[in-house]
Amino acid sequence: MLRARAALLDSVREFFAARHVLEVETPLLCSAGVTDPAIEPLIVERGSSLHSPHYLQTSPEYAMKRLLAAGSGPIYQLTKAFRDGEAGVRHNPEFTLLEWYRPDHDYHQLMREVAELVCSCLGEKPVQYITYRDLFLAELGLDPLTASLADLRLRAQQELDLGSLDGDKDLWLDLLMSHLIEPRLAARGLCFVYDYPASQAALSNIVEKDGQLLGQRFELYVDGLELANGYSELTDPAEQRRRFQADNARRRDTGLDEKPVDDRLLAALEAGMPQCSGVALGFDRLLMLLTGSEDIRQVLAFDWARI
Amino acid sequence: MANYSTNELRSGIKVMLDGEPCSILDNEFVKPGKGQAFNRVKLRNLNSGRVWERTFKSGESLEGADVMDRTMEYLYTDGEFWYFMEPDTFEQYQADEKAVGDTHLWLKEQERCEVTLYNDSPLSVAPPNFVELEITETDPGLKGDTAQGGSKPATLSTGAVVKVPLFLSQGEIIRVDTRTGEYQGRASKS
Repeated sequence: MLRARAALLDSVREFFAARHVLEVETPLLCSAGVTDPAIEPLIVERGSSLHSPHYLQTSPEYAMKRLLAAGSGPIYQLTKAFRDGEAGVRHNPEFTLLEWYRPDHDYHQLMREVAELVCSCLGEKPVQYITYRDLFLAELGLDPLTASLADLRLRAQQELDLGSLDGDKDLWLDLLMSHLIEPRLAARGLCFVYDYPASQAALSNIVEKDGQLLGQRFELYVDGLELANGYSELTDPAEQRRRFQADNARRRDTGLDEKPVDDRLLAALEAGMPQCSGVALGFDRLLMLLTGSEDIRQVLAFDWARI
Repeated sequence: MANYSTNELRSGIKVMLDGEPCSILDNEFVKPGKGQAFNRVKLRNLNSGRVWERTFKSGESLEGADVMDRTMEYLYTDGEFWYFMEPDTFEQYQADEKAVGDTHLWLKEQERCEVTLYNDSPLSVAPPNFVELEITETDPGLKGDTAQGGSKPATLSTGAVVKVPLFLSQGEIIRVDTRTGEYQGRASKS
């Protein structure tokens, strides 16, 4: 397994070297955390070099965007990221991410490059592109953009035992996606799901299409395993600031602590970040797919319980 | 009782769910990269034995159930209840038919069993994996017929009926795997 990991790291680096994408490194410790209500960072509290608590990065996204704004051109990074409370057969609180950015690419071009990378690592597999809306229509007969919260909840409750589980529309969409749709992608090879509801746009650009607001975001599932998440990146600093504030408002509503906003990222966006697309890919999961491992612990030298 | 967060639920932990004591069998963490995290928890209802799967939001908490597994000595039955004793405290517990279930087929006096207590009364009883019991009734043994092949039913002192090789006869002590109800061999003479 150690050799398989080393070989996979080599093939990823060869893939980007051949395309003249620059490998970069950015700090693991950050002064600002992530505001995303669904992601909790680990915090480093003490040390004589720290004037305040710092966050272990949950992804290198903000730092890499600062490099893009500074004119780095296309860049990639293989790095560790940390997410508190995420442990299971597909999650380890410390994990390896492959993240890359392509100025002047839109998310469709980036999806094709992701497919090339994944097939170069795993061998040729069928590749399918489907919108989030069409996937829900095909698998559940529900339109995720127009269905009411009650419709989504009813469908979930018909098929699953949920007790008193409740939440907003996005919770029900996430539940249907992860519990009912994801298992059906198991035999499909690479399946790119794109054009997410605006409420799930995260840091992607939002556009209007047929009267609906959609995030130019995609997720890649490989044989049913969620492997990568990418965007046509949001470059507007005012909109970015609004999303940070909206995240923090949701954090407040759900009883989470608010997180400081990354002013350096906002400053970089104000200075001007080129139109670009970016994607984060779970490297450990890619190794799971390559080696046929069912549990992420099998592909780590030492998992969370053994550090 | 302690409360458990969904992230702490592991196989074997006992919790209350819908007013029923349950044992956790499996806990799967499900989280889209961007979005709500869930725990799909598989549990066994310790009252009914039913296994079910319930989805929770990650971070929710469940009340622990006052359920404990104790090793106890089986004493006797009066036909209605089965009586067990904690060897250290000599405290006795009576278990009803529902708690004992089919386990009564393997209960031999003075044998150690696992008794699961819920709010201090027996909820279920598990026999040892192997017990040695006397054959009380079977067709006469065929001397010398020790070759493989062929079996016959034998009734044991507890009332259990197991398949045994043809050469065994009444009065012999045999070893049985209680999980499968299969004959394992003659008990070693002590």
